[in-house]
Amino acid sequence: MSTFAHDVTFAGVDVGDSLPAVTSKPISRTTLALFAGASGDHNPIHIDIDFAKAAGMPDVFAHGMLGMAYLGHLLTAWVPQRAVREFSTRFVSITQVHAVVTCTGRVVEKREGNLVALEIEASDQNGDVKLAGKAVVELP
Amino acid sequence: MIDRAFIGRSFPPLHVDVESGQLRAFARATGQRDPIYWDEDAAKAAGYRAVPAPLTFLFTLDQEREDRFYFINAMGIELGHVLHGEQAFTYGVPICAGDRVTLTCTCMDIYDKKGGAMEFVILKTQATNQLGEDLGGMTGTIVVRDPK
Repeated sequence: MSTFAHDVTFAGVDVGDSLPAVTSKPISRTTLALFAGASGDHNPIHIDIDFAKAAGMPDVFAHGMLGMAYLGHLLTAWVPQRAVREFSTRFVSITQVHAVVTCTGRVVEKREGNLVALEIEASDQNGDVKLAGKAVVELP
Repeated sequence: MIDRAFIGRSFPPLHVDVESGQLRAFARATGQRDPIYWDEDAAKAAGYRAVPAPLTFLFTLDQEREDRFYFINAMGIELGHVLHGEQAFTYGVPICAGDRVTLTCTCMDIYDKKGGAMEFVILKTQATNQLGEDLGGMTGTIVVRDPK
């Protein structure tokens, strides 16, 4: 059995409701190395400080798609994955090594067809927004 | 300047197998705690035919090309100057372990801002499985910064 109980219904949510927040572990260089391998994104700017410096960056930084994976956790901790119809984000600013990312979301609209629109966000430990996104879920 | 002739051009389709070990590695690397993303029994109990690929996994499948930086190289973009601007997914039938997925990527637009100091490349990818079912797709915005 999944430990992730999903009992959210269309009738049970209201505009303005917050999703339970999800917080990552601190993003280490090991996190970035493992994510590079697992995600297939081998851009050396995320794992090779020599390459990053040669490209004019002070250090390596997190893959945008790592933050988006964390935003995905926010959604699938709240509703089953198959409920998610659309999921998008802007990568607002670079997520630095050692960041602790907290994902939050809220219901912004209820639509016909049991669809619920969400605004979602990933911020670091300083409150700086890293990703700002949207999602649409279809609820029972 | 990126050659605007790439607008509307599609890259050769990619056929890729969704492997359970790859899904497990992704779950581990992202700190996923829900067992449906690595345990087949948990996935089946949740109504999936096998372990489902997570919401962003189409992006990872697209990295399985022989040349991982295919469009960047084809367009003559400097890899170190690339930033990910936006990414959007839509969903059809869930992608699961054991699927064979076909991805088709098309360059939708290329434009610049700030007098050419930043260029934007919009890539749209559609995906189907071995049964021809629509898996949804994704649209990515790649930002190329001019360090000068």
